[in-house]
Amino acid sequence: MSNDTNNNPSLKESATFDRATMAEIRRAANTGIYDIRGFGAKRKVPHFDDLLFLGASMSRYPLEGYRETCNTSVVLGDRFAKKPIKLDIPVTIAGMSFGALSANAKEALGRGASMVGTSTTTGDGGMTPEERGQSSKLVYQYLPSRYGMNPDDLRKADAIEVVLGQGAKPGGGGMLLGQKITDRVAQMRNLPKGIDQRSACRHPDWTGPDDLAIKIQELREITDWEVPIYIKVGATRTYYDVKLAVKAGADVIVVDGMQGGTAATQDVFIEHVGIPTMAAIPQAVQALQEMGMHRKVQLIVSGGIRNGADVAKCMALGADAVAIGTAALVALGCNDPKWDDEFKKIGSAAGYYDDYQEGKDPAGISTQDPELMKRLDPVDAGRRLANYLRVLTLEAQTLARACGKNDLRNLEPEDLVALTVESAAMARVPLAGTSWIPGQKF
Amino acid sequence: MMTVDLAAQSVRDLNKALHECKENITEKEWVVTNPKGNHNIAVGLDAEISVDIHGHAGYFCAGMNKTANVTVHGNVGQGVAENMMSGVVRVKGDASQAAGATAQGGLLVIEGNAGARCGISMKGVDIVVKGSIGHMSCFMGQSGSLVVCGDAGEALGDSLYEVHIYVKGSVKSLGADCIEKDMRSEHIAELKGLLEKAGVDENPLDFKRYGSARQLYTFKVDNASAY
Repeated sequence: MSNDTNNNPSLKESATFDRATMAEIRRAANTGIYDIRGFGAKRKVPHFDDLLFLGASMSRYPLEGYRETCNTSVVLGDRFAKKPIKLDIPVTIAGMSFGALSANAKEALGRGASMVGTSTTTGDGGMTPEERGQSSKLVYQYLPSRYGMNPDDLRKADAIEVVLGQGAKPGGGGMLLGQKITDRVAQMRNLPKGIDQRSACRHPDWTGPDDLAIKIQELREITDWEVPIYIKVGATRTYYDVKLAVKAGADVIVVDGMQGGTAATQDVFIEHVGIPTMAAIPQAVQALQEMGMHRKVQLIVSGGIRNGADVAKCMALGADAVAIGTAALVALGCNDPKWDDEFKKIGSAAGYYDDYQEGKDPAGISTQDPELMKRLDPVDAGRRLANYLRVLTLEAQTLARACGKNDLRNLEPEDLVALTVESAAMARVPLAGTSWIPGQKF
Repeated sequence: MMTVDLAAQSVRDLNKALHECKENITEKEWVVTNPKGNHNIAVGLDAEISVDIHGHAGYFCAGMNKTANVTVHGNVGQGVAENMMSGVVRVKGDASQAAGATAQGGLLVIEGNAGARCGISMKGVDIVVKGSIGHMSCFMGQSGSLVVCGDAGEALGDSLYEVHIYVKGSVKSLGADCIEKDMRSEHIAELKGLLEKAGVDENPLDFKRYGSARQLYTFKVDNASAY
């Protein structure tokens, strides 16, 4: 806003047509194409901050911080697999592709996750040797595009995640724009260098849950029933999707809420499709409980997880673990203020940069530019990620102990209350100070 | 020659035995009897063996095949040879939809007809169909070749990348950005080689070639009506 505007108190900005909205209209008028960007939803939606824990006082008995143990480990995929995954902490790294991210960033994610005994996940575009080499536990995503899909890599994985949807864009495919398609990326994906790559929005060789059951059996057969099969869905009709995923044979279900990030898609998709992460968990848990499969088919929740409170709240609502994507990138150095001058040169600013699709990331994370990539030291970035994961875990443990729990998975909805009617209804916990859960009996 | 009777043994037993050939090939020729439409027969193979399946197979037969030579003496269900890496898969009968989906290499021969989405998102495989193929075939095909000796259904090659498509018969319609192209000498030579490899007696000069117009490779607002 100019000084002139600031000095004229009679000027009133429209709530409907604010400056950002008008700027987008002008941009659309100039270019004729929707806005494509990365990152996650920027609009404010009901989130975990709207929930509070009820620490122990008289009716509950708290545990001593740092002195009394609080288990954080979790076993994923022990329904059918000969080799289920054991995580030391219930925070995993969500799938992010080589191509969208630099090789150094992928390596750093593997290093950081391995240091704290958790898993990381491949993404659209296949598995890189660097990633497999640095990840003690690696989940291989089986995506609609099947870019870089290779049975050898499938057999190298510790688990397979069949991706049906992503929280940032349920129902949408991927968009890796031509400027990020280097020789290596093009070779991995069997596509010409420099052209826009669309990742399909649906799998090419099955069309419904009954087909998916057969597809899962095929993946089990190919891997000799050794590794768990996850199914990942974007949070929308979560109750039904989870039921169908269980029926199809999933060992683990990943539900990605609308605050989840992405490498690049339409802004309108990120902001207007899907439901908040907090709202999806009770639906998923209800579906699992009705099928008698809660804790038998594990639930991983992702989408906007930022701190240990978010982790603990997800688990209290019934998740077995959470996955982080955007937060992990921030821990590596995404949007770091030390690159602010460079962000400004490309029309952005530290903390606001979301044009991952352009491949010009000054932090060297969402780029394939070899010079920019060098800015990210995978060893140091991996250490930062490990530190962050430790903090998430310590924070979650702190809250669990305060609620009298010696295992993060013993947190329960009874430990939570909501600050708003909306969050009470979505999370299905009482409004603070009342016993009222909107939509349920007193 | 090793015979596995699926009336007596499970698909799991069969696949386990075939997978063990990767480490130690005790028998190079395998025969499977009584497949009875079972799904996932002979998936994930990675050994220079031949597998003859006598009867009809269900979904994903020979899925992700690598180096093996699989022949189905019957029809197959959805997704035969999906994501094949190398080797040869031959279907003596008809194939359902998504034959050779996302396959990255090798040769898939279908001596009968193939259903919808044959070669969908193919990434390097060569597919030869002696009969006809269904609608939306080669949708988002990236690389490799698709040869059709019969007719092709609607929207052939929609959103195609670099696949070479050769069709002898009629094409009901072409998908977005797919066009008929000249048959130059190198294409006639390529097609001749593919037909020979597949053991199909056809004259390359009787075929037309289709491929990408490359107008949708990067977004242009002037093409908005095509999206």
